[in-house]
Amino acid sequence: MSLRSPLGKVLGRGSAKQGVSHWWMQRVTSIALIPLTLWFAYQVVHLPTANYDEVRAWVASGFTPVWLLLFIGAVAWHSSLGVQVVIEDYIPNKAAKVSALLASTFLHIVVVVAGSYAVLRIAFTTFSAG
Amino acid sequence: MAQLRLPENSRIKRNGKVHKAPAGATNVRTFKVYRYDPSAGDNPRVDTFEVDMDSCGPMVLDALIKIKNEIDPSLTFRRSCREGICGSCAMNIDGTNTLACTKSCGDVKGEVKIYPLPHMPVVKDLVPDLTQFYAQYASVKPWLQSRTPAPPDRERLQAPEEQEKIDRPSACILCACCSTSCPSYWWNGDRYLGPAALLAAYRWIIDSRDDATGERLDALEDPFRLYRCHTIMNCTEACPKDLNPAKAIAEIKLMMAEREHA
Repeated sequence: MSLRSPLGKVLGRGSAKQGVSHWWMQRVTSIALIPLTLWFAYQVVHLPTANYDEVRAWVASGFTPVWLLLFIGAVAWHSSLGVQVVIEDYIPNKAAKVSALLASTFLHIVVVVAGSYAVLRIAFTTFSAG
Repeated sequence: MAQLRLPENSRIKRNGKVHKAPAGATNVRTFKVYRYDPSAGDNPRVDTFEVDMDSCGPMVLDALIKIKNEIDPSLTFRRSCREGICGSCAMNIDGTNTLACTKSCGDVKGEVKIYPLPHMPVVKDLVPDLTQFYAQYASVKPWLQSRTPAPPDRERLQAPEEQEKIDRPSACILCACCSTSCPSYWWNGDRYLGPAALLAAYRWIIDSRDDATGERLDALEDPFRLYRCHTIMNCTEACPKDLNPAKAIAEIKLMMAEREHA
């Protein structure tokens, strides 16, 4: 029970004066993902018949590591922004919300670092070996 | 998780009353109407009214008035103009938010189910508490803010094409059909302003006579106030005046992106 005026409640702590960058980056990453996803899908279609060594060779070949790193980064960034919105939408409890936002942020960073590390390791290992 | 189940005292109990049609009625329609009386201490229920359509007007509001006059005078709902301009009789009919006065019973198949606007506190029966909705409208300062003195001898002038831009958004009657059809407004209505208030904000942002465009955009630029809109489009679908709040919100987002990036 609060006797604060309805207008006071709606105005709350005021505008955060922020939100454009989130909206903008969600669109920038989705545009970037159109060619990256098409490239990735095209490549993956040819992989099921490849054996372990062939896949490693593919990861290390030409500009493939560059595209893979870009793909990992764009997917993780886009996903992070999207999951953040879902959490803000559906978890009203503040402690649970902040915990979920932290978990999501950390998870996405782990995915980017681990994915990039894997690509770079294969790329450089094969390069130095070959 | 968002609260997906209603609280215990808001769940509908299956003890609705049934009011049979008078003997000899040949053209009978069944109306299922949500009933809630806070002073009775009971949970909400759904009453069944069989109405003789031969002695009833064509619109859902006509049927509600007939029920109130002839069957159950305790049935409570808002109504005034009965021609779609006051916005009082907004309710959920046949699963869609609309005005009872402009919704024809003939457009509904089978039983006519009538509920209050979704996800709002219910005052009684079909009357929702719109306090927060009106406060959100007030929060966007829906009036002209100009630092330019008005001409001493005449009104502030607008070019015809400038007036045209605000023609449609100005036609909003604040019935709340749009905001209460929006899932984002259901989950975060305390912080998201909702389509009706944002359409009103847009109407003043694009008004050529208004000098507070920047301040208006500043006040809206917020992850919750504006950006909880996920372009679900229920608002535009529901609007009984055929307005397009979803497009207005998209335009506001574009204006904000442009002032930062373009």
